Amino acid sequence: MSSLLVLAIVVVIGLVAFFIGRQRAAAQDNGKVKPHSRAHYHGWWAFLLAVLPALLLLAVWAGGSSVYLDRHIHAALPERTVDSKVASEALDVSLVKSLARGLRKLDAGTLAALPASFAELQPQLAAKGVALASDTQDYMIPIAVEANKVQDRLGLFGAVIILALSIAGAFHALRQIAPRARARNNVERLMLWGLLAASTIAILTTVGIVLSMLFQTITFFESVSPMSFFFGTVWDPRFAAAGSGGSQGQFGLIPLLAGTLYIAAVALLVAVPVGLMSAVYMAEYATPRVRSVVKPALELLAGIPTIVYGIFAVVTLGPFLRDLSAALTGGSPFIQGQSIFTAGLVMGVMLIPVVSSLSDDIITAVPRAMRDGSLGLGATRSETIKRVILPAALPGIVGAILLTASRAIGETMIVVLAAGVAANLTINPFEAMTTITVKIVNQLTGDLEFNSPQTLVAFALGLTLFALTLVMNIVALYIVRKYREQYE
Amino acid sequence: MTDIPMDTMVRAAAHPRRDIGLKARYAAERRFRIYGAVAISVGLAFLAIMLITIVSKGYTAFWQTTVSLPITFDEKVIDPSGKRATDPSVLIKANYPKLAENALVAKLGISPDDKPMIQKLKGFLSEGARVQLRDIVAADPSVIGTTRDVNILAAANLDSAFKGQIDLSVEEARRKVSDQQITWMNKLKAEGAMAEHFNSGLFTYGASSRPETSGMGVAIIGSFYMMVIVLLLALPIGVAASIYLEEFAKKNRFTDLIEVNINNLAAVPSIVFGLLGLAVFINFLGMPRSAAFVGGLVLTLMTLPTIIIATRAALAAVPPSIRSAALGLGASKMQMVFQHILPLAAPGILTGTIIGLARALGETAPLLLIGMVAFVADSPKTPFDPATALPVQIYMWANEAERAFVERMSGAIIILLVFLMAMNITAIVLRRRFERRW
Repeated sequence: MSSLLVLAIVVVIGLVAFFIGRQRAAAQDNGKVKPHSRAHYHGWWAFLLAVLPALLLLAVWAGGSSVYLDRHIHAALPERTVDSKVASEALDVSLVKSLARGLRKLDAGTLAALPASFAELQPQLAAKGVALASDTQDYMIPIAVEANKVQDRLGLFGAVIILALSIAGAFHALRQIAPRARARNNVERLMLWGLLAASTIAILTTVGIVLSMLFQTITFFESVSPMSFFFGTVWDPRFAAAGSGGSQGQFGLIPLLAGTLYIAAVALLVAVPVGLMSAVYMAEYATPRVRSVVKPALELLAGIPTIVYGIFAVVTLGPFLRDLSAALTGGSPFIQGQSIFTAGLVMGVMLIPVVSSLSDDIITAVPRAMRDGSLGLGATRSETIKRVILPAALPGIVGAILLTASRAIGETMIVVLAAGVAANLTINPFEAMTTITVKIVNQLTGDLEFNSPQTLVAFALGLTLFALTLVMNIVALYIVRKYREQYE
Repeated sequence: MTDIPMDTMVRAAAHPRRDIGLKARYAAERRFRIYGAVAISVGLAFLAIMLITIVSKGYTAFWQTTVSLPITFDEKVIDPSGKRATDPSVLIKANYPKLAENALVAKLGISPDDKPMIQKLKGFLSEGARVQLRDIVAADPSVIGTTRDVNILAAANLDSAFKGQIDLSVEEARRKVSDQQITWMNKLKAEGAMAEHFNSGLFTYGASSRPETSGMGVAIIGSFYMMVIVLLLALPIGVAASIYLEEFAKKNRFTDLIEVNINNLAAVPSIVFGLLGLAVFINFLGMPRSAAFVGGLVLTLMTLPTIIIATRAALAAVPPSIRSAALGLGASKMQMVFQHILPLAAPGILTGTIIGLARALGETAPLLLIGMVAFVADSPKTPFDPATALPVQIYMWANEAERAFVERMSGAIIILLVFLMAMNITAIVLRRRFERRW
């Protein structure tokens, strides 16, 4: 029986248990004893007992039987020799498995008279819409047939146990029903566990991010030394096509890191003054009418996907700046179509609403009394802002700038489109440079074999990026939090 | 006595004129104010320029030039050897473009024997005519031998020329449309046979190497699947997590850790989630590449922190008196949360969810890594089939050189922005209508 069918039956059992449970609990309420829980809690308790343990077992069983099946196929395969026709043992197993899946589509009559050679079998399978790799071997057919039998047996056996467990759970819960039974407490305890589980997903995600990238990075460092990765100044991964092997590339992080930081710096040079001044103006000067127009507009700017900014940079702004610079010098342009300046400028504009909304929160959090005190002593508004509010808000603003910087470093689509792909080391902002994120995308969108250093380097870059932004985020969040506490 | 009036002397003595730099201070005040106004205008000007350039480049994508031709479904062209009764594949392989060409030749009044002239017709009609006419014949084989008016797509270059986007002053050899074709185009236009229609293909076609038959159908379906998955997973998990953290969690190291984690995840670069998806979902768990399901999972993980932060804010905004009242009437803590706090916090949660979804809809980088940059021509039937997403489709068109693709790309951006704006406006309206100030 397939897992999906078992799942459906279990849920049906659970629903039946729910209705019976509710019914019984309601029937027991004769007005003499005050029931502890309302009737539907008894129903839900029966439902949970019928469904949860069975589902847990179902998951374990499904995982376990697939492992068992793999081992079974492994054991049945002939000993590997030098002249084996299939490249690897793993490939052998996967071929048998896809063959076994294909055999499931055949009807009973064909299965009974199964041809012994794959050449004869293939057209029959193809007629059912099953496409198989042509290096499937003849000896795999009996193994696949056997594997299907084992799988059927395991499935049937598992289904019986799971359904029995489900029914037993339902009966157990139904037997417990009594006016003073604490069904509500039971249900609520389980709900609490569910809520707790949901909140651990955040931790699991972080662990998943770190572990997955760490393992790939370790594999990467087996073929490239960490020293030459972290301190290398040449990025030349040599896109080795699958199989050609041997040609080792150079994976120096320095040019990518330099490009990333350079572009982020340009972006911050645009975003911080403009964003901060907008926030100050909005908080201190703007009339309510201006505010009601400008604030949504800035939110709109924040809601535009970064790919749109990237396309604007590469389709409109880049060519415009190139032509402008050509017109200025009257000849060859000194700003390239893809340049640090273009990418940084557009990214800066993207970050304006980020800076302004973060600093808006921080500026409005400065206590009214400080502002009033300064104004009362005769300071003008701008003096109050420059000498009282901004110094008081400084830690918060530093935190906001750090958060913005981490956004700038991790930004992908703008730089993929507008910054260029050549890993240069230059200080001229009008030339192209590339970034960590661009290279992650480049290395992972080609058709590369997965275990080559050319692909694995993307994970090492990702881990570097993650570590970099993690430190900035944590410091920023710490500063912002400390600052908020100061005035609370 | 001097002749200085008495009162002036008194005033001078009482108010000595000190220079306290008021003028300079007020000037600084004005300058500061102007800086602020300039900063805001810079941001808004950029927004305006960006929207204007995109709309001006893209609005023409919503119209497509077609040529209305009386197509004769000539048996001699479709099935020259008369085998279609026994071999249905004849109808699939037939030379349908020839039918369109014949009709065009007749329409333009070219002699059927004038081979060089007919040669010049190459690239006038879209290659999509083959599929279009085949579908007509396949749907109703009795059409063979009759004549019917069919609107056939013009090729992308002719479409551009028709919309006036090709500079005709450039010498003929250096542009993609010949003078002869322009003459024919003007002739057909004068006769009313060539006209622009609303481009419904933009919303239904999948990927294609020809601009006129490529569209965002696959991308829209893929994005829709992903949004549904994000909504189904991120909303319940996010709300459950927020309820635990806001209402039940004791203040200890573990909840502190969760909190730091969530705040940090909200600021992790989106591309890192793509790496996670590639390593865990595709390589480790063996899920299919390019599938909307995997994209949905990755976007779910990315959206969760946003939803959790918004939901917690909404829960915290419900005043303690509601809690006390519910508990005082004998509700359990769980009942208090689910029957009283949650309904009151629902508008805030909904707003946060919509904003999170809008962010997920516009996200591109993680989807590039899990293989959604794919040439998918057929619309995906399930979330496990290969699909693309709206922003990824835009990215792919951005890498095409042809002018007509740039037009489609801008059109696609307009559609994406309309979707996003609709979602954001819904969120704002919801907040305005249902938000309660306690």
